[in-house]
Amino acid sequence: MQEPLIRFFRAARGAGVRISPAESIDALRAVEIVGYADRTALRDALALSLAKTLDEKQALEACFDLYFSAGTPPGPAAEQAAPESDRGDLTQMLSTGDRAALGTAMAEAAEAAGLAEIRLFTQVNQFARRILEGMGLDRLERDIAALAATAPETARTLQRAREALGEQVRELVDRNLVLFSRGETESLREEALRNARLTALDRRDLARMRVIVRAMAKRLRDRYARPRRRRRRGQLDARRTIRGNAGWGGIPFITHWKQRHVEKPRLMVLCDVSGSVAAAAEFLLLFLYALNEALSDIRAFAFSGSLIEVSQVLETLEIDAAIGEVLRRIGFGSSNYGRALADFETGWMASVTRRTSVLILGDGRGNFTDPRTDILKRIGERAKRVIWLNPEARASWGTGDSDMLRYAPYCTLVTQCNTLKRLERVVAELLGAQG
Amino acid sequence: MRASPCCRLVTAATDTLVTSIEAVEQGLGAAGYIASRQIATAVFLAERLEKPILVEGPAGVGKTELAKALATWLGLKLIRLQCYEGLDEAKALYEWKYGKQLLYTQILKDKLAEVLGHADTLPAALDRLHRFGDIFYSPDFLEPRPLLQALQQPTGCVLLIDEIDKSEQEFEAFLLELLSDYQATIPEIGAIVAEIPPIVILTSNAGRDLGDALKRRCLHLHIGFPEPRLESRIIETRVPGIELVLRQQIVGFVQLLRKLDLKKLPSVSETIDWARALLLLHVASLDVDMVRDTLNLLLKYEADVEAARIQVPDLVARAASCRS
Repeated sequence: MQEPLIRFFRAARGAGVRISPAESIDALRAVEIVGYADRTALRDALALSLAKTLDEKQALEACFDLYFSAGTPPGPAAEQAAPESDRGDLTQMLSTGDRAALGTAMAEAAEAAGLAEIRLFTQVNQFARRILEGMGLDRLERDIAALAATAPETARTLQRAREALGEQVRELVDRNLVLFSRGETESLREEALRNARLTALDRRDLARMRVIVRAMAKRLRDRYARPRRRRRRGQLDARRTIRGNAGWGGIPFITHWKQRHVEKPRLMVLCDVSGSVAAAAEFLLLFLYALNEALSDIRAFAFSGSLIEVSQVLETLEIDAAIGEVLRRIGFGSSNYGRALADFETGWMASVTRRTSVLILGDGRGNFTDPRTDILKRIGERAKRVIWLNPEARASWGTGDSDMLRYAPYCTLVTQCNTLKRLERVVAELLGAQG
Repeated sequence: MRASPCCRLVTAATDTLVTSIEAVEQGLGAAGYIASRQIATAVFLAERLEKPILVEGPAGVGKTELAKALATWLGLKLIRLQCYEGLDEAKALYEWKYGKQLLYTQILKDKLAEVLGHADTLPAALDRLHRFGDIFYSPDFLEPRPLLQALQQPTGCVLLIDEIDKSEQEFEAFLLELLSDYQATIPEIGAIVAEIPPIVILTSNAGRDLGDALKRRCLHLHIGFPEPRLESRIIETRVPGIELVLRQQIVGFVQLLRKLDLKKLPSVSETIDWARALLLLHVASLDVDMVRDTLNLLLKYEADVEAARIQVPDLVARAASCRS
């Protein structure tokens, strides 16, 4: 009785529920206790032992309903067709309308055909055919052909039943396709998207990308959100130790050691939102705002021709709407880095402290305007670090109107950033760097 | 897998009570806790599999209450460990009785001559001393904190680890040994194994995501806002003496309120408070003014109260009509 459950675990994994071997053992034990008779109890037992978040619970329950909805085999074909011994099993079952036997036969044939291995929708017909053949389709067709001559009425009802059976099998295969193909294609696709160039993304994939970005951000957030302390081994905190042990006459039973708080980064993000860089900017902002809890303070600025602060917009609106709003305000104008930097200096330079990390996202193409590297130099002197993310390939830096190489000396780190994977790496580095 | 036949023999007390999912439902009901079927299944499985239950859900849906009711029903002691940031081993598991240790050292100082009296050489004296080696780090000098207490209960107990999400990740990792093997290790003494595994209930408000390792060791139960019928039954048990009509209106109103876009949705505990207040005010059925005046019992934010206040007449009318 374990086989169907183990297959169910696989289907559930496909639906996005993470199930470890230990958990599947627990689930098997739980099912042993509650039994199979009560469907709700079975479902609850599986949900309790396997799913560990609300999302997973919903996914698991949907999967449970899909998996355990037994396809009802076709109804009785002929009312009084006398079973004859020289007919095949399938013919017998169809003519007597033995649903239970048909169901079992179908399940057995599906098992033999390895239906759980189905991955692609192009395999549906192939599997359906194999299952039907496994159930004895050949024999049935011969029987129908034989009966057509002697008892055309019975042959016709049998033919109808055969068609109904075909439908049934197809449905079964479809259901299995949904159950078992999900996991692999999803993970394949996700991996592809992580490595896809942000600037060349298909509109269709945006929603999926957002999900991935949120998941990435969540992982980083979990790691870095809690207040971090690092023990400085070997340095006794004399004050706290004496105070803590006052109750025992100052004899130091419990020692306290000096600790250093690791600060959460304060960020100022300057995003070029002109033309080609906008897509990358969107994901960077999405990423950073999803990280919120791991950061102590974040202020975002957008520029193309001139620079404005957009923190307010990003905090109040949904991210998609917010990006649209930002683009509407500042437009897809041609970028002028010099002006943007000058705007930043007049407006916000005072808030750059030695704890601030300044993050600039842009291709550094200023349309042959004055790059004003002097301002970047001053920012670099005030801030803890300046990180420049460039979506362009390294080879094209400094070609044409690109001032990237001129800016580079004033940055703590300049890196190419055109896929989600690289983005994640940069952000992880940002969070992980000890302050 | 923890097959521990010795433990099974002594846990008979809970075994006779926790016989089926229905028995759990009724037992908790008798203790004043109306459990949904899923909650009952979780308790049943937890007892059978000897696994802790991790309860998640919004504030005020009865997560902590479940542990209390369970203890009442099974007649076990409830040991509670409230988690907070900075909670550590010394406060959760054990602490040495330093004062006592100190006192005993002073007393023993005088006895030292007697102990060492006959030893002529230094090695001989040391040898004698070694025989007394660990007396100061023995169970006699141990101050048990909630977790250790839970392991030491001779008849078993219900251990409630409340709001685990408030503690730090290090503490979560520290709990793993206790949760999977029902034992705790004290470096000076060794592992202390529970005679009877306690029934462990952890609650979390999803303040932060818990680690996978912790989740894997627990049955994961999510308690959401209850269905109207369940909520009505809860009110019936918790607020005895309330009229059926009013009860249904209250539940109908709160259920509608939960559909609004609010910062903090009213929970079961708020519904109970409100029902109690209305009972004290001798209200026979909901009317708009009364609801407006008592809305702050249901909603905890000024902005929420403001947002709901406008809709009160509409909600009251719908609550009155939706009762069956």
